[in-house]
This record gives sequence, structure tokens and C-alpha cells, in this order.
Amino acid sequence: MTTTLKPVDVVIIGVGWAGSILAKELAQTGLKVVGLERGGNRRQEDFTLPGIHDQLKYDRRLELFENLSRTTLTFRNTTREVARPMRRHGPFPWGEGVGGAGLHWAGWTWRMTPWDFQIKSQTIARYGERMLPEDSTIQDWPITYDELEPYYDKFEYTLGISGKAGNLKGEIQPGGNPFEGKRAREYPNPPLKRSYGETLFANATRELGYHPFPMPAAQMSQPYKNPDGVTLGACVYCGYCMNTGCEVMAKAVPQTTTLPVALKTGNFEIRTHAAVTRINTSGNRAISVTYFDGQGRELEQPADLILLTAFTWSNTHLLLVSGIGKPYNPATGTGVVGKNYSWHNALPYIPLYYDEGHIFNPFMGAGALGTVIADFQGDNFDHTGLGFIGGNILAAIAMGHGPLTFQPTPPGTPSWGSEWKKALAHYYTRTIQIIGLHDHLSYRGNYMDLDPNYRDIYGNPLLRLTYDYGPNERRMSEYLVSVGDKIAKAMRPSKYAVYGLDAHFNAGASYGIIHQVGGAITGTTPANSVVNKYLQSWDVPNLFVIGASSFPQISSFNPTGTVGALAYFAADAIKNKYLKNPGPLVPS
Amino acid sequence: MDRRKFLTILGSTVAALGSAHLFSATPSYGRKLGTLKKAYTFFTQAESEFIEAAVARLIPADELGPGALEADVPYFIDQQLSGEYGAGARFYNQGPFGATTPYQGYQLALTPRQLYRAGIAATDQYCEETYGKRFAQLDPEKQDEVLKGLQGIAGDISLKDVPGTTFFNHLLSDTKDGFFSDPAYGGNKDMIGWKLVGFPGVPAMYMGLIGRNEPYHVEPVDLRSLQEAKAPVDEHGHVIHRRAAIPRPTTAPTSRPVDSSNSDDSRPEPSFAV
Ligand SMILES: Cc1cc2nc3c(=O)[nH]c(=O)nc-3n(C[C@H](O)[C@H](O)[C@H](O)COP(=O)(O)OP(=O)(O)OC[C@H]3O[C@@H](n4cnc5c(N)ncnc54)[C@H](O)[C@@H]3O)c2cc1C
Ligand code: SF4
Repeated sequence: MTTTLKPVDVVIIGVGWAGSILAKELAQTGLKVVGLERGGNRRQEDFTLPGIHDQLKYDRRLELFENLSRTTLTFRNTTREVARPMRRHGPFPWGEGVGGAGLHWAGWTWRMTPWDFQIKSQTIARYGERMLPEDSTIQDWPITYDELEPYYDKFEYTLGISGKAGNLKGEIQPGGNPFEGKRAREYPNPPLKRSYGETLFANATRELGYHPFPMPAAQMSQPYKNPDGVTLGACVYCGYCMNTGCEVMAKAVPQTTTLPVALKTGNFEIRTHAAVTRINTSGNRAISVTYFDGQGRELEQPADLILLTAFTWSNTHLLLVSGIGKPYNPATGTGVVGKNYSWHNALPYIPLYYDEGHIFNPFMGAGALGTVIADFQGDNFDHTGLGFIGGNILAAIAMGHGPLTFQPTPPGTPSWGSEWKKALAHYYTRTIQIIGLHDHLSYRGNYMDLDPNYRDIYGNPLLRLTYDYGPNERRMSEYLVSVGDKIAKAMRPSKYAVYGLDAHFNAGASYGIIHQVGGAITGTTPANSVVNKYLQSWDVPNLFVIGASSFPQISSFNPTGTVGALAYFAADAIKNKYLKNPGPLVPS
Repeated sequence: MDRRKFLTILGSTVAALGSAHLFSATPSYGRKLGTLKKAYTFFTQAESEFIEAAVARLIPADELGPGALEADVPYFIDQQLSGEYGAGARFYNQGPFGATTPYQGYQLALTPRQLYRAGIAATDQYCEETYGKRFAQLDPEKQDEVLKGLQGIAGDISLKDVPGTTFFNHLLSDTKDGFFSDPAYGGNKDMIGWKLVGFPGVPAMYMGLIGRNEPYHVEPVDLRSLQEAKAPVDEHGHVIHRRAAIPRPTTAPTSRPVDSSNSDDSRPEPSFAV
């Protein structure tokens, strides 16, 4: 028996970065907002020393990530295979609990470039149609970089990002990324300190004629008060950002930025252990959501406005199980829900091993401590004759690496025994890592739908992912490996290795990069997208689907800067357009 | 800490490198098998002998110091298997099970506990059939051969009930976990693993140190010493490290080619998550 609750103005499904931004913005207008979060509560004060410095708990057992015994994905490389569940977390575990993955993210806070929003038209204009691989389904965004710029700015100032501008109002700035889009003002905080490994990378890439700059980081380089009046502390480089919270409130996460402000309004209530299983519709209106609470009760929460902010997987999953929008069919190319999934791997991955005279102390660092070059990103270099489009950002990182997850030994070293022990004892402090994050096109065969064989504990079919690398990525891999090789040589380690993409995406591979996009993509018409440019559902105008699910393809950059900007952009459209005139914001 | 002191430490580390061959190559730290002072709750007697023998080969006691056995790694694995991890409590375990590709990750219908139980029994059975002895009774060279066979890098042993490589990979990764996780979990006794690589343990504030090309040579600190207030901390609770009394002896890896029958050229486990 479902119990129907008293209606509220707004229901938010999933309280991560996107959900908490929307909650703050709408609760501040006086609307009554309820956030339903399937995980537990997580408060800043729960993340204290010394207990949070426990690698086994957080890095290996992934305490803060989704509990897969409840729900997971199934996976296959192609439609010819039977998908099997990801029984354990593989390369991309995902978040759960208040704050979402935003609580334990690494804090690399990027904007995409103007080219990223117009990848298709710009490629055709510069190189002709032939540069697009046959089965690629990439499309331009319906939003431009310039439109999103004020919202990127708002996200960066809310979080207090530490960085160096490369393009201030069209003027290229020394020390920043010269390839970035125009920004209206400098980052709110100066860059973090540079680790020694990064210095080697910066010197080598500069000698090669590239343009190293500090990674924009959600770790405070100094104490900071944000425009909402919230104060964050300065990072102490304890090296423990990833997979857990920060003990000194130096990392911008929902708990240290958006959530306290949203909760202070008195208009925002979070219900934890509330797993949404359905969005209920009547005609073209969403009327309520159904969820299970921690006591196993099935509840129905009616609301005027429903915001789906439950990350790429659940955003797509809930649309499919609720029958909202037409599911994508790769055989015919019709339908849109589940379409254009993409992910990016590390490409290349370059460990460099030094012997005499270099000590890197890998346990010192911060989640987004890194030095980057974007010379090979997007269309920043001429692709004529290369046979692929796009590229990568390449970063030397000092994220903080304890020995439970960082056990560097040069290629050819046995994986156990005395030789291994000797090599590890020597190289743990003498190794640095460079990784690239790369563009990945969307393809006809990479998508999500409902699995016919497996169910979650609530009785819903699992989300099925069909995914592999495409021809563009494989050709790009060869090229980027050669770039990586050149840089590695210039850094003069005693030994190094450069790894490109494996033959196929492997769901059993180790944990690395957590950027999933697509499934509820944004576009110009209901035929090419699930949501319009304001992330409003074409089919159900009082439903907005916000998150990386809206990206039509993934760019080289970590997605959260853009997710945050889109959340502010959508909040603005809801407050200033939708509430005045509830209905479709873009005619279809 | 001032720079001069660091340089001195570096100097003596280098000196230690030169004299590494003076250390005895025969392990002098090894304890008699089966003499753990704590009680196993998962492993049977025979299983504990297997595990103790196996981890002593995976991370041996040698001229660099004690290994996984001395660090109580068998006890760590036992405790992990007794708890949530061993039960696969956070893994999706529902069927159907069936044909799988090499790219779909772990698809056995076994929890870690069941995998160990089956894997140990099958390995012992293989050793009985091949050598007339259980794994723990073989001499170290034979044990290494068996482990390499399971791993699939030499000999290629196929076990009856479980894929040997899957079992081996669990054993190896749990052994390393037990060697490097906080001693609170029962392994990494006396912070043996941390001392080996030069990890300071529960991290501290490194504001003034980040960016320098200098060794950080301190006594590691674990959770327990902090919870018992035995280590000095700053106002946030960050450890204030004490400089290590004895410099960490690291030995440069051999320049001669490594034993290629045991080399594992697969992609190393990277360490990042963004
Ligand atoms: C370890 C780690 C490091 C990362 N580092 C970076 C980085 O450096 N830079 C970067 O840009 N990105 C990074 N990311 C990715 C980043 O965390 C995500 O892009 C971001 O959190 C997405 O925000 P979101 O609000 O869409 O989703 P999330 O933050 O994941 O929040 C979604 C929430 O919805 C909840 N939910 C899901 N389904 C339901 C349901 N059915 N009912 C109720 N609730 C539900 C989830 O429990 C979760 O709390 C990292 C992620 C991880 C895990
Ligand atoms: S590295 Fe800095 S931001 Fe990250 S957890 Fe430590 S103090 Fe906090």
C-alpha cells in the first residue's frame, strides 16, 4: 500500500552537486523543496581526524560509494553480447548519500571550451564532413560557451576555485591556459602551491613549446568566504581528498558550500534513505514521485515541479522505468532516452620512475593538485591528415597517494616477491604520474536501456550499458601516446611507460575516472534530445533533468564545472521564466 | 625541519645502499608457521597454514626487512573474510550467472569467503597430486612455482573448482592490502609496510613541505596511537611527525635483468580517481 504524502512545491531526486544547487536556488525564492536521497546523511562534522585518513575504508572498500547489493548496472561491449551485472565497482564507481559524489570528488573544476559546445559544426567547417566517423552521433549543444560563462563564474565563486585565468575578456594571460574561453574575471583564489613533480613537468613542457598552467582546483589555496557568506579553510596538502571528505573544510563540496545555505532558508528538507523508483505522470505532467524509505514503506510525494538530479545513471534509469520520453533504439537510430552515452578513460597514462636526486613524497598533495597542458585539447592543434578529431588535457598530478593504492614499480618488475618489494621500496617516493583525459565521441552503438534479465532490490530492471571505444578514440590513442612519449623523454626519468587505450573497455579494470555522460541529452528538438537547452523535458515540462546526463558527448574535461554551471543556468530559467509562466520554455 | 638535516639523511641513505649486500640474504625475521598470537575466526587450521605460507612468498622477509607473515597479514585476511567484505555484502550477487566475456568483470557465483575456501582446497589438492604434499609443506622454490602457475605467468596450473588466476589475484591484492592498511585492521603490524616504503601513516599538514625535492623521513603514526593520544597533534588533529631515528634503508633495484618468468607486464594499477 502506497501512502500519499502532502504535496510540496518542488521535489528533487538525488542530493549531490546538482540537487544541492537547485535546492539552494529554489528554497531561497520561498518555495518548499524536498530532497529525496537514497543514501544516508553525511555532515561535514562526520569527517574528522584521524578516522578519515583510512585508506582501506575509503579507497579500497569504497565506503562512500553506491552499495551494489541494492542496485548496479549491467554491461556489455556490443549489442551482440549478453550484458552481465557490474557485481563489483570497476573503473567508475558512483556516489551515494547526501552530497553525492560531490562529497568525495577530487575537485578538478573545469570549464569546457567554446569548441566543445560546437564540436560538430566546427569540425565540419574546418575539415569537412569526412572527419566524422560514420557511426558517430555527436551533436552541437543548443547552448554556447558565452551563454554559460556567467554560470561557470557563479559556480567557481561559490566553490572558491583556486586557479589562474588564461583568457581574461579576450586578453591572454601568462601562466594560465591560453586556449580557454574568455572569462569575465580571475579565479576567486590564486593557484595552489606546485609539487616538485609538477615543476619537472612544467619545465619540460615549456621547453617543448607548450603552455603549462595550474589545474583549477576546488581546494582553497587560502581561507575563503564565498558570495553566500560561507567560509572555507585553507588546504594543508594532507593528500586525502579523494574518496572521502576534508577535515579542515578546505575542499568545496555541497556540505561546505550549497547545502548549509539551502538548509538555512528553512524551506528545504532532506529525506535520506529515500530511493525513488518512479516518476508518476498524468498526460504531459509529472504529478508525483514514488519512493521507498528506510523502513521499507512505499511513499508517494506529489509536487508541482520535479527535478531529476540523480546522476547520469539514475537520471536515465528513472526516465526509462517511468516511461517518459521515447527510448533510444540503436538498430533504427530512433528514440532519444539512453542515447549518446560516453565516458573517458585516462589517455595516456604515464608513470615516470626516477633514481638519484628526485624525491616526490607522493603522500603530500591535494585532490586537484596538478599542472596541465591543453595544447593537445579539442581543436587547439591542426588535425589535418591525423584521421581523428579532438584530443586531451595532459596533467602531472600530486593528488596524494598512499601505498595501498599507489604501488609503482617499473615495467618488467615482478608483481610479488623480493624483487617487487625492493622496487616498490625504492620507487614509491620516486615516481610521478601524468594522465590525459580525452575527448570521446558519441556513437550509434553506445547507449543505455533497461536490462531484460536483472533487477534491483526494488524490483526495477537494472540499467543496461552497451559501450566500447570507437575508431576516433583508437586513432587518437596512437597519436596521444606519441605526444606522451615525447614529454616523458623530456622529463628525463630513469624509466617510464606510456599506456594508451586497451583493446576494449573493461568493466573489471581498476578504478580510475568517474565521468559518465549522456542518456538524457540536450538539443534543439525533441527528435535529437530529451531535454531542451534549459534541461527541461520536452515531453513533461514540469520535469527538469539536470546533470552530465545532458551532455551530447564528453569533452576532455572533468564534467562537474559544467554540471554546476548548467545547474545554475537551469535554476535561473526556472526562477525567471518557468515560475512566471509554467510550460515549455522552448517551443517544440 | 631544515634542509641541511635532510641532506645528511639522504647521504646516509646512500651509504646504506652501498652496504646492502652485507645483510644476510636468508630471512632472519620469519617466525614458525602457525604461531600467530591472535585467533583466526575464518580460516581452518589447514587453511591458515596455506595462507601463512603463501603470503610469506608473496611478500617475503628478506634483506629489506620483514614481510607479510611478520606483518600479520594472514590475520588481516582472516578478519576481512570474516566480515562484510568476505560475505560480499556490498557486491551484487543475484543471478542469473552464465557465459561472460573477458570484459565484464568478476562474474563468479562466489563470495570472497567461498572463493578462498575453494581456492585453497583446490590448490592443496593440486599440490598433493603433483608433489605428494600440501602447499605449506613444499619448499619455497616449489611454492613459488605453484604461485606462478596459478597467476598464469609460468606453468599455467588449472584448478578444479575455481579459476586459479582469479583466486591468485584476490590473494595477492588482499596480501598487499594487509601489508599497507592501517594496523587497526590487524595487518601491517608495527607499520612494517609503511616503514618499508617511507609512508608516514595517518597524514599530516604538509603546507610548508609540498613542492620540495627532499626526503621526508619520519616515524609513521597509525590510528591507534592517535586515538590513544600517544602522538602529538596540531589544533586540527593533524599528526606532528617525529623525525625517524634510523634512516630508511632503500636498495636500488638490481640493474641485471629481472627473472622474466615472474615478470608481469600488464598495465600497472594507476592511482587516481577524478
Ligand atoms: C572519487 C571521485 C572523484 C571525482 N573527481 C572529480 C573531479 O576532480 N572533477 C570533476 O569534475 N568531477 C569529479 N568527479 C565526478 C563528480 O563527482 C560528479 O560529476 C558530480 O558529483 C555529479 O553531480 P550530480 O549532482 O550530477 O551527481 P552526484 O553528485 O553523484 O549526486 C547524485 C545523488 O543522487 C542520488 N540518487 C541516485 N539515484 C537515486 C534515486 N533513485 N533516488 C534517490 N536518490 C538517488 C545518489 O545517491 C547521489 O547522492 C569525481 C567523482 C568521484 C566519485
Ligand atoms: S588535501 Fe587539502 S582539501 Fe584535500 S582533504 Fe587534505 S586539507 Fe582537505
